[in-house]
Amino acid sequence: MNKPLTTSEMASDDLGPLYAPHKKVYPQHVSGTFRRIKWGLMAFCLGVYYLLPFVRWDRGIGAPNQAVLVDLPNSRFYFFFIELWPQEVYYFTGLLILAALTLFLMNAIGGRIWCGYLCPQTVWTDVFYAVERLVEGDRRERMKKDADTDKGGLKLQRFAEILLKHSIWLMIAWWTGGAWVLYFNDAPTLVTQLVTFQAPMIAYIWIAILTGTTYLLAGFAREQVCVYMCPWPRIQAALTDEWALNVTYKRDRGEERTSLKKAAELRAAGQPAGDCIDCYQCVAVCPTGIDIRDGSQLDCIQCGLCIDACDTVMTKVGRPTRLIGYDNDINIQRRAEGKAEIYKIVRPRTLVYAAIIAVVGGIMLYALLNRSLLDVNVLHDRNPIAVRLSDGSIRNAYTVRLLNKRGFDRVVALDIEGPTNAVVHVVGADSVTPDRPMIVVKRDSTTELRVLVTAPAASNPEKSIPLKMRVTDLGLGEVATGTDNFVSP
Amino acid sequence: MAHHDENFDAATGKTTTGHSWDGIKELNTPLPRWWVLTFYACIIWAFGYWIVYPAWPLLTGHTTGVIQYSSRADVAVELANLEKIRGDKMVTLGAAPLAEIEKDPALLALARARGKAVFGDNCAPCHGSGAAGAKGYPNLNDDDWLWGGSLDQIQKTLQYGIRSGHAEAHEGQMLAFGRDGTLKKPEIVTVANFVRSLAGLPTAKGYDAAAGTKLFADNCAACHGDAGKGNPEMGAPNLTDNIWLYGSDEATIIETVTNGRNGVMPAWIGRLDPATIKALTVYVHTLGGGQ
Repeated sequence: MNKPLTTSEMASDDLGPLYAPHKKVYPQHVSGTFRRIKWGLMAFCLGVYYLLPFVRWDRGIGAPNQAVLVDLPNSRFYFFFIELWPQEVYYFTGLLILAALTLFLMNAIGGRIWCGYLCPQTVWTDVFYAVERLVEGDRRERMKKDADTDKGGLKLQRFAEILLKHSIWLMIAWWTGGAWVLYFNDAPTLVTQLVTFQAPMIAYIWIAILTGTTYLLAGFAREQVCVYMCPWPRIQAALTDEWALNVTYKRDRGEERTSLKKAAELRAAGQPAGDCIDCYQCVAVCPTGIDIRDGSQLDCIQCGLCIDACDTVMTKVGRPTRLIGYDNDINIQRRAEGKAEIYKIVRPRTLVYAAIIAVVGGIMLYALLNRSLLDVNVLHDRNPIAVRLSDGSIRNAYTVRLLNKRGFDRVVALDIEGPTNAVVHVVGADSVTPDRPMIVVKRDSTTELRVLVTAPAASNPEKSIPLKMRVTDLGLGEVATGTDNFVSP
Repeated sequence: MAHHDENFDAATGKTTTGHSWDGIKELNTPLPRWWVLTFYACIIWAFGYWIVYPAWPLLTGHTTGVIQYSSRADVAVELANLEKIRGDKMVTLGAAPLAEIEKDPALLALARARGKAVFGDNCAPCHGSGAAGAKGYPNLNDDDWLWGGSLDQIQKTLQYGIRSGHAEAHEGQMLAFGRDGTLKKPEIVTVANFVRSLAGLPTAKGYDAAAGTKLFADNCAACHGDAGKGNPEMGAPNLTDNIWLYGSDEATIIETVTNGRNGVMPAWIGRLDPATIKALTVYVHTLGGGQ
């Protein structure tokens, strides 16, 4: 029954207040399928995050042998067999597109799987909750202890508990920040430096920042991040559709909720009775403190813990499980009409997402496997754009950058295709065979050259003509070409 | 009863300040406490600032503040740091023989970078930012060098300048044959056309080639050579090529012969340190015209 709104309620915003005063959430321990999945994924995610910097990858002498490394001083990014240069940041764009599409696909299939199981906020908050439970006890104990503390001041034992909890939290937070900086420097070296206080100041600053944010976000902000700070709930609400599986309370089965005793009486009398016994277990275990029976809502991160809690209760009272379960909007409608439930994972939306992911991923993989390891960039001098020499010939100057992405020095020759009989001169060329300058390009680096191209008077082009510069690795035969123009004054 | 208070606003359930403008009253909404505290903190901060930093203007100066801060001193420190950073590299460059610099990729890159920056600050006003020159100011990208285009010659020109007044400066005069009365107007026209013929340019109708040849031999060959090929020792231009510092049309050459041309290039020794002049030499040499 809806109560009529009071005047002040009508005067307030129709959508409710933008921010509700914080009510502390005391999630209760629960065990079951989804809890086990969450433990597993948590161990996996944290394992990857904390241990990945220590994985080695042999790249030869002089190159870093860390599998995943962001080498800022040398502007290189290493990821196992991949080495990216600053010119190749578009791979990160591709990665972001892939990440967004994967999120969309996950959303189309199973709602906020990301939020419930994989989001760092969820994972670390879950760890922090586990610590809290270990130190202070489960929901009831924690509520009682907090209430006692509010009433009777801080007892010594309680103080010790709180101190222990925060110490463990800070240690986890510190280790989280510590692992972060290991991605930016050789991990074993940096660990030694950190311990002996020899590490660069910036490392300590970043550890402090990540320690602080982890401690604050996972220890205190918790579900507030999901509800007030994160844009994803808002965005995903626009992306989801009637086929997406969401954690749902099956209202048709649960209502009218009654006590266990009354339900038994009703059933004995051959009358229908709801399965929900209003035990509030689903609310007690919820990490965001919501009641899933109110329907799909922004605050729900869809972690499935209420499913585990409800299943436990249903098993105890001898009713079928999955009164709360992953379900879609279509089935809510169909059950109301007495039709069979249907689930569709393969449908146009998921197929399109999967196809785009496959295409983008394919393009990226192709580009990565075929990325050129020798490159030449040509830039024409603009001032002056062309010079007439005393014998009437014309000279154009270029700034040419050679990129050697291989792990060893190599000798390349520069050839040009342009004006007839044009002569090429490279300032500071290492050696010159007749009209063919040779240049040494050091391993994993670039070399900038000043290249002068002179066209004799007899073959002066009338107008601007295309010019091709071709560099050839004399050892491997690899060829790269750059193009520009040859201009007459 | 609050509701009968004249300072009570029924619509919002709040009190007003009691001020009324044309019947419009202002709600008495207190500032948020955090805002007020921040405001007070700013005031306290300002007092601290007055004491610590230079803040108050006085009749003949200003308060210096207890930490004696000066942005000018900061700049001096930054500049000193810059010199320290450059230090070793520029010393290495200063010690290296000119001819070796272009063979060492690291030194070449340093010399070109430093040279380019110094060129922009000191040379670009006359020679242009790309050293393309202008009328009367040589293009340093081409291969025509009045005083020679080898590394040593470029360095010498940079150090001492041309007609700069420095004792070591390049000296050479293009005489004002018309102004000082050596040649009459018709003779100047004739010799100008002869000069154009040297460079393969067309001559005016009715031009007397024999007279031109004789006039040139008598007046010009001493510096420019019998064939007009010029002489870098005296800065005398080659008159047979395609490059003309002041222009190759008849009127310009007539003016050159009549009034002379004596452009000035300042001496940079003493203004730029030797290592920087070296860098500049290499930069200019590698622009393309170096010999």
